[in-house]
Amino acid sequence: MWKLVGGGTALSRWICPAQSFLAVFRSLAMVEKTVERCCISLNGRNSRLVVQLHCRYGVRKTHNLSFQECESLQAVFDPALCSHVLRAPARVLGEAVQPFPPTLAEVTLGIGSGRRVILRSYQEEEADRTVKAMVTEMSIGEEDFQQLQAQEGVAITFCLKEFRGLLTFAESANLSLSIHFDVPGRTCHLPRPAIFAIKDSLLDGHFVLATMSESDLRSPELHRLAPPLQAHSTPHLDDFANDDIDSYMIAMETTADIEGSRAVPSVSFSPGHQPPASPGPYSEDNDTEPSIEPGTPPPKKFRSLFFGSILAPAHSPPGPSPVLAEDSEGEG
Amino acid sequence: MPHWAPVNLPAAFLLHSITPGVSNMIAKLAKTCTLRISPDKLNFILSDKVANGGVSMWCELEQENFFSEFQMEGVSAENNEIYLELTSENLSRALKTAQNARALKIKLTNKHFPCLTVSIELLSVSNSSRVVTHDIPIRVIPRKLWKDLQEPTVPDADVSIYLPVLKTMKSIVEKMKNISNHLIIEANLNGELNLKIETELVCVTTHFKDLGNPPSASEDASQARNPEQMAEVRIDIRRLLQFLAGQQVNPTKAVCNIMSNKIVHFDLLHEDVSLQYFIPAFS
Repeated sequence: MWKLVGGGTALSRWICPAQSFLAVFRSLAMVEKTVERCCISLNGRNSRLVVQLHCRYGVRKTHNLSFQECESLQAVFDPALCSHVLRAPARVLGEAVQPFPPTLAEVTLGIGSGRRVILRSYQEEEADRTVKAMVTEMSIGEEDFQQLQAQEGVAITFCLKEFRGLLTFAESANLSLSIHFDVPGRTCHLPRPAIFAIKDSLLDGHFVLATMSESDLRSPELHRLAPPLQAHSTPHLDDFANDDIDSYMIAMETTADIEGSRAVPSVSFSPGHQPPASPGPYSEDNDTEPSIEPGTPPPKKFRSLFFGSILAPAHSPPGPSPVLAEDSEGEG
Repeated sequence: MPHWAPVNLPAAFLLHSITPGVSNMIAKLAKTCTLRISPDKLNFILSDKVANGGVSMWCELEQENFFSEFQMEGVSAENNEIYLELTSENLSRALKTAQNARALKIKLTNKHFPCLTVSIELLSVSNSSRVVTHDIPIRVIPRKLWKDLQEPTVPDADVSIYLPVLKTMKSIVEKMKNISNHLIIEANLNGELNLKIETELVCVTTHFKDLGNPPSASEDASQARNPEQMAEVRIDIRRLLQFLAGQQVNPTKAVCNIMSNKIVHFDLLHEDVSLQYFIPAFS
């Protein structure tokens, strides 16, 4: 049961390590048995997110989590603008990624002959690779998909680890997953992000993942990274997952400190239109003059996860503001 | 491109059912191994190189017990065999997908590099078909190296004894590993087997009794030997543990042959798969 209390100023964005937030609810069984009420509030003065669990027998547990205000970063994307769409129950996709090695970084998803959906392990081409890696391919019939709007031959490559993560979430909620994507083509040579959408009566989620510049199901030996490695700005917030909160905060602080002295290539563009000449948020343009944008967020790969609650929002979310989408080449 | 004649590229062979257990076992025993394909058998081979600590392995499957269809063509008529080197884990991972398979096919192919292609048609709830293909990179071993990959000759053992339950042995050896790097395995013709570790501070021995001894091949040798007398070998405990870790299921038959101070030879039979594992004495 939700109850929104208090007004406050305009909605701003804050980030808090997921690990510490989750730690509060770690033992679900215990939470279900003992917690009567949960109050979540923001203490702006001390930069603390306060989670208070009101438990039985008058026990009250208060967790003070640190957070930092971050720049209002909003990726510009619109699933409706994507040419291709696939939709299937998350369970089907979850089963589809089962055969792949747990350590595999990227996977290529595409439409093969006979309108079969193909998932194939992506191998970075390394000239001096002496031991070749196993290549796994999963082929699923069209009949397993609720929607398949894509031609044969289109393919995108994205981070498998992130995909598995979002699938686990979607599977647990028994939802279908829609994948909206475009492939680099005549009008736009640059890779476009892929949007993974889930929706039910309670929530509406969009996971935006970067894609590689070249994906070809037909000839695996053509897989090569056109932009250098760092441009594959797949979010890896879980790089921090194993750090304790202190080292995380230190990392945030130190990068913020040295930002002023370091040139950071960044790209900014206004919302609503994307001039074809300017690079998209996920690609690296080597010709961009490095410039220091004020308030550039810390140079780590970012992930966008937008949740809109369908239950009577207090006010509509703010319109997109000028975006500083920094490509992830930086220290890291 | 590897230097091997595509003309002799072996043809496809189909598998009816192959227990992923075999490949899991091999994957635990050897990171890289050789697969030898001959008209009636499949062998997984690990030869006794220094890199393995002198350990060698010979695993054999009769083709007819596993395949509903089997076609192969070796290098030549006289040498109707194929020797491939592959990463064991790749094969075990590929076959793991096959646990719910409607059909499984293994082929040697050359998709940009030589592979063992494992094609699996999965069972699914609906009528939909799902196909998984794993391309396992392989290295074809040239004929001149085949002599190092032959079945090891088993010297006459001083003592042959049936092994106790392998799981029990494994849990004991696991604990012993924390105390010492070397272990002495000794047995006699009275059905007694001991696992011993000795350090400056402590000696620990686990005694197994009433294990039974297989009938001896050579009458004279066994009669001459005092049944109480132990034959022993001092080995690297990690090699023993690696071997035991690969045994998920208790074998149908498990014999240990000890050649005093030279080598210990484990001879196991898991239903239709035979496994021989040699651990040399620690020098």
